[in-house]
Amino acid sequence: MRLRCPLCGERDRREFTYKGAAVALDRPATEAWSADWDDYLHNRANPAGETRDLWQHAAGCGAWLVVTRDTVTHSIADVRLARGEGTA
Amino acid sequence: MRFSGFRVLREGLTGNRGWAPHWRDPEPKSDYDVVIVGGGGHGLATAFYLAKEHGITNVAVLEKGYLGGGNVGRNTTIVRANYFLPGNSEFYSHSLKLWEGMEEELNFNVMHSQRGLINLFHSDGQRDAFARRGNAMVNQGDDAILLDREGVRKLLPYLDFENTRFPIYGGLYHPRGGTARHDAVAWGYARGADARGVDLIQNCEVTGIDVEQGRVTGVQTTRGAIRAKKVAIVVAGRSSQVAAMAGLRLPIESHVLQAFVTEGLKPVIDHVVSFGMGHFYISQSDKGGLVFGGDLDFYASYAARGNLPMVEHVMEAGMTLMPMIGKAKVLRSWGGIMDMTPDGSPIIDRAPVAGLYLNCGWCYGGFKAVPGSGFSFAHLIATDRHHPPAARYRLDRFATGRGLMDEEGTGAQHNLH
Amino acid sequence: MRLPGRGRNAGAEEVRFRFDGRDYRGRAGEPLAAALLANGVRVMGRSFKYHRPRGVMTAGSEEPNALVTVGRGADREPNVRATVQEVFEGLEAYGQNAWPSVHFDLMAVNDLFAPFLGAGFYYKTFMWPRAFWEKLYEPGIRRAAGLGVLSGEHNPDPYEKAFAFCDLLVIGAGPAGLMAALAAGRAGAEVILADEGPEPGGRLLSEDERVEGQPAQAWVAVVLAELAEMPNVRVMTRTTVTGAYDQGTYGALERVSAHMARPAPGLPRECFWRIAAKRAVLAAGALERPVAFAGNDRPGVMLASAMRSYLHRWGVAPGRSVVVFGNNDDAQRTARDLAAAGVHVAAMVDARTDAPEVAGVRMFRGAVVTGTAGGRHGLEAVTIRCEDGRVERIAVESLAVSGGWNPAVHLTCHMNGRPVWREEIAAFVPADGAVPGLAPAGACAGEFSTRGCLEAGLRAAGAALADLGMQAPAMEAPEADAARYRLRPLWAVEGRGRAWLDFQNDVTVKDVKLAAQENYASVEHMKRYTTQGMAPDQGKNSNVAALAVLAEATGRGIPETGTTTFRPPYVPVSIAAMGAGAQGKGFAPERLTTSHAASRARGAPMIEAGLWYRPSYFPQGDEDWEAACRREARMVREAVGVADVSTLGKIDVQGADAARFLDFVYTNTFSTLKPGRVRYGLMLREDGHVMDDGTTARFGETHFVMTTTTAAAGEVMAHLEWVRQGLRPDWDVRPISVTEQWAQFAVAGPRSAELLDGLIDGGLDKDAWPFMSCGKVTVQGIGGRLFRISFSGEEGYEIALPARYGAALFDELLTRAEALGGGPYGMEALNALRVEKGFITHAEIHGRTTAFDIGMARMVSAKKDCIGKAAATREGLSGEDREQLVGLRPVEEGARMTAGAHVFAEGAAHVRENSEGYVTSVAPSVALGGWLGLGFLRNGRARHGEVVVLVDHLRGRRLRATVQDPVQYDPEGVRLRG
Repeated sequence: MRLRCPLCGERDRREFTYKGAAVALDRPATEAWSADWDDYLHNRANPAGETRDLWQHAAGCGAWLVVTRDTVTHSIADVRLARGEGTA
Repeated sequence: MRFSGFRVLREGLTGNRGWAPHWRDPEPKSDYDVVIVGGGGHGLATAFYLAKEHGITNVAVLEKGYLGGGNVGRNTTIVRANYFLPGNSEFYSHSLKLWEGMEEELNFNVMHSQRGLINLFHSDGQRDAFARRGNAMVNQGDDAILLDREGVRKLLPYLDFENTRFPIYGGLYHPRGGTARHDAVAWGYARGADARGVDLIQNCEVTGIDVEQGRVTGVQTTRGAIRAKKVAIVVAGRSSQVAAMAGLRLPIESHVLQAFVTEGLKPVIDHVVSFGMGHFYISQSDKGGLVFGGDLDFYASYAARGNLPMVEHVMEAGMTLMPMIGKAKVLRSWGGIMDMTPDGSPIIDRAPVAGLYLNCGWCYGGFKAVPGSGFSFAHLIATDRHHPPAARYRLDRFATGRGLMDEEGTGAQHNLH
Repeated sequence: MRLPGRGRNAGAEEVRFRFDGRDYRGRAGEPLAAALLANGVRVMGRSFKYHRPRGVMTAGSEEPNALVTVGRGADREPNVRATVQEVFEGLEAYGQNAWPSVHFDLMAVNDLFAPFLGAGFYYKTFMWPRAFWEKLYEPGIRRAAGLGVLSGEHNPDPYEKAFAFCDLLVIGAGPAGLMAALAAGRAGAEVILADEGPEPGGRLLSEDERVEGQPAQAWVAVVLAELAEMPNVRVMTRTTVTGAYDQGTYGALERVSAHMARPAPGLPRECFWRIAAKRAVLAAGALERPVAFAGNDRPGVMLASAMRSYLHRWGVAPGRSVVVFGNNDDAQRTARDLAAAGVHVAAMVDARTDAPEVAGVRMFRGAVVTGTAGGRHGLEAVTIRCEDGRVERIAVESLAVSGGWNPAVHLTCHMNGRPVWREEIAAFVPADGAVPGLAPAGACAGEFSTRGCLEAGLRAAGAALADLGMQAPAMEAPEADAARYRLRPLWAVEGRGRAWLDFQNDVTVKDVKLAAQENYASVEHMKRYTTQGMAPDQGKNSNVAALAVLAEATGRGIPETGTTTFRPPYVPVSIAAMGAGAQGKGFAPERLTTSHAASRARGAPMIEAGLWYRPSYFPQGDEDWEAACRREARMVREAVGVADVSTLGKIDVQGADAARFLDFVYTNTFSTLKPGRVRYGLMLREDGHVMDDGTTARFGETHFVMTTTTAAAGEVMAHLEWVRQGLRPDWDVRPISVTEQWAQFAVAGPRSAELLDGLIDGGLDKDAWPFMSCGKVTVQGIGGRLFRISFSGEEGYEIALPARYGAALFDELLTRAEALGGGPYGMEALNALRVEKGFITHAEIHGRTTAFDIGMARMVSAKKDCIGKAAATREGLSGEDREQLVGLRPVEEGARMTAGAHVFAEGAAHVRENSEGYVTSVAPSVALGGWLGLGFLRNGRARHGEVVVLVDHLRGRRLRATVQDPVQYDPEGVRLRG
């Protein structure tokens, strides 16, 4: 498996670590436990098909990336920095 | 038809013409008391115990492909009860007892072989953690022996005790742990359920779950609508998709776990051995293949196939631990789709829709759980009460934080197991 | 039988080799199977289940029968294909799965019981009595099963792994592959051409045909010469592409030296390649398939194409007389070529009624071979049923069989592509787009004429070049045989007797029919029930035929019955190759501190701490670990000790928002920390459980240095980057790991200040360095950092210098410590000291504990949000039910405690339901005497003073202990404030 880091180019999967669904970016603002928090931490659409998930180019530039990917075919449609044009 | 050595002899002498189908291929009826979605190991065991323990036989098992085509047919066949957290301990202990009586119960040789399992440890800290585990196993009534290095050497003389990166301090020995012939477990339960009147319906994919006024009424399938008083979802690897048909979002992510088998070799590994400093576990099948596996590939996937980095990592772990396997050749690799829950432990519970039951989230521990899961799930479906050994496998434990079962201690949140 | 003067290797050097203890001569570089055939050896293996004698069937890596063991001792390699292993001077090989030899195998008695050993028999018996399974039945089955024998010794040979990159990977160097590589090479693309054989050319090396008006082999030589001149083309021989993975990644196994008599030292036996290719052309060819008929497994029965390979490449004939049996035109080539080579072709049996003539050979049209006869060790006659039903028996030494060809679709299945049935060739071909970026070309795509393959290779290269944005060269495929492939499908010949499908696993037509009879009617059920296709050839020789037999038995067509699929690897790959580099210490990096050598020099046993090594203790005289630990701990309590703490993670955090950032990742507040001060911090995961702890020092308004535990350093660093980039991207903050950049040493004990006073430039003014202070210092002019912190409970400091001065600093610290009655202390003493103080490590924060559990709930600030705060408020994460951190002290003074023991109330039965906690850490205590422990106990904070029972079934210990506050030494912290 190979991913195209927006900063470093195409690299082997070995250089990346994985964090799961990109919903992790949408952290609830509340400090009290709620159904939103339960959803945020636990409940997942878990699609068999296109998904957006988080990877870090850990053994490269360190950038956190949002990867649009197909969980059935493993084809990769898009890779971008987790926070748009934010400096990584 | 009852199987026995005598029967094999008689059939052998008469051209093996008398063997009958192990199960029927019935047409689905229009309604059932219970529809079980998923004809894998857990679903078939559930059907079997519904019939046997609860006398509920107006049951259909709906399988989109062929019986036992999911993870029960793609795993490393390990059977053990070496869990230590309350909730898991009693469940797997019960499951192991069912394994021990399975062949008599099913009249089918699933080749359950209690060859002994040894979890190696490689530091004082790991030894203490395994001691805690082993003591929990003994508290539960199961067997555990703490081996020192020399004790391990007696059982596993072929390990690299001299030069390996992480020296072997000892092992936690679970003599009742072992392996079984994975496919046979599915077939044995299928045959047993069929004989008790359960309809096993293959090539029948569920496409919808009918809910009226908060209560499940049946399912839509590729072979027509089927009404049911109760619907049980047991579809590891597709749990999120099927649950979504009833409007549920589960605390599950799907991951791929690879496993490997080598060409046949004369007996060389008698036990099940697991490495403590990298995911690697191995046993040798009765056919002679070394069967081994490692960790998840670590990305959400439904592909049922893996990638090279984890393949190589598993081989590397094998080479540092037991370099005598170097010239064994990997014949085949495969991947299963794991329902990963946040805490790494499963879910057996009622769904928030009346009449709908969930059995999912087995992570990579589903095979050894097959009998216990079927037994406990059948109990829940039949009585609407949790079966005590599985009472902690609640869906709401993530929301409440109560009774989380994180055996690895890596965290009760996704992608940490 | 050798045909003098024939074969491409006719001029090869003669070498001596041994097989099963007998000496033979062969031509260097030819396959062992060819050499054995040349010497008249027909039995090369034994089948898996019935131990039937078997001869070689193929001429390739798909060989199901001729599996041998090569080498002796630790070098022994089981299950080597005699069709692949090249002969060299001194080669030693052995038959396997037989006793005493493949020639005469007592285990063949199994064959007599075959009627009882049909498909799945073992599921129906061996169940009674239960205890006999492990003790009797299974050991017997295991001994009988298996093929070769592993040596049981550590692998002694070097193996390697490597990466390669290219624009175009061409898999297979037959006509299609050569054309593809040539075209792409001429276009300037970076090309890797990988072929399984010792020389490129594929089927062209095994056939008598012409390409571009010259002998095919001459054309191959011309193409190879041109490729050799291209710097952008790399031709890899003896290299099998074993798997197709995502985004153009391929695995490949190169057999580097297994064919050499004396490999150069260090040359790997095999190399496993990871090839990243922008595009790939699959030109893997096709595999000829046998026909099932009674007795079709007898030595002497061989695939027709294999016979041509042995003839043309190696100058070997399988016997003096041959019958050819086939259902397609290709089989007739074998009759023609053998006859031309002077071998007596006794008959051409063609299942087709309209089969063409083969000059000089007796034709049986519309006929089939129904059986074979012979001794134990080979074929002596075949029985032919003619079109009119007449049966004829012909005495013959060898039988060539061809059931047609199966395209080598294997790699196209590796990403779940399902091959599709093509009726006109009665075979499966790759599904379109089965592997993104990979184009099948030639025979593997069902194109069986040479001319067609050449054209297909050129086309595939053109398409790949277009994808790559490169210009395809102006080329045309050369002239070659373009004859159409015609066959009449024939899978199994009706008749009595066992007809083999899967030779290796001894699966017969009857077994497949029995599976259908018992309703194992799906192809997957049939395979798993009969073990069809599960043998080392992965069903390459048998899957399609077995599917056809199943289709007929269940009254379905082949496409409706199912398809055949294959998983990686294409050929079995040694674990040593894919795991190369890991044997011994190579499995994981070894991280050494700057004091490593000095610690070793002092006799310290080094223990693993994650990837690091740390000294366990520094023995003096004949001290054991406990004596050394007690002495070192006492030294710290009474004088001064020095310990290397460089392995703890050190993360430099800088930026205008650094303080805010730390407030967010820690439960407690750091924005209020003054520069020059240090604070203990507790970090949660977002799930509300403790992730890590450590001290963080503030060196300036915008500059902090965070310390993590050794174990969690990497995890915390990744976590900080996640929080920064993922959750707080607008904040101005940068964390960076500086763990390796600093060597850091704890200097602890009542004389620590005295030691440092002499070391630090300008001396140490204790009043300027209160507890939990930090600052910059110099040592002999070298800039460093000093922290007044303590993990021992004594007055303590940690001094850090750039890592290149670490070794010198350690020496200096030890010299000074010893002058003050102190010295180095190791992990054991460090642990003993912290247990007395109730300081936690990952033994306590093992991932399942909360701030509440460890008594730090108050450290979760109510005034701000932090990672894990919301989840920590869940009802289940605090409360009396939870097991809470406690100190444990034996009631009986001096009793030895063990970690991992469970805690029970006095009088309670020692069963799960009553287990109330467990012991996490134990250590000898010099301050309090005897042993102390830490552990968790349900509602433990309310139970201080209670006597509980610590039960360690595994070590046979039961111990009464008093529940204490975790801080059992100097609870007021007088000593560490000095």
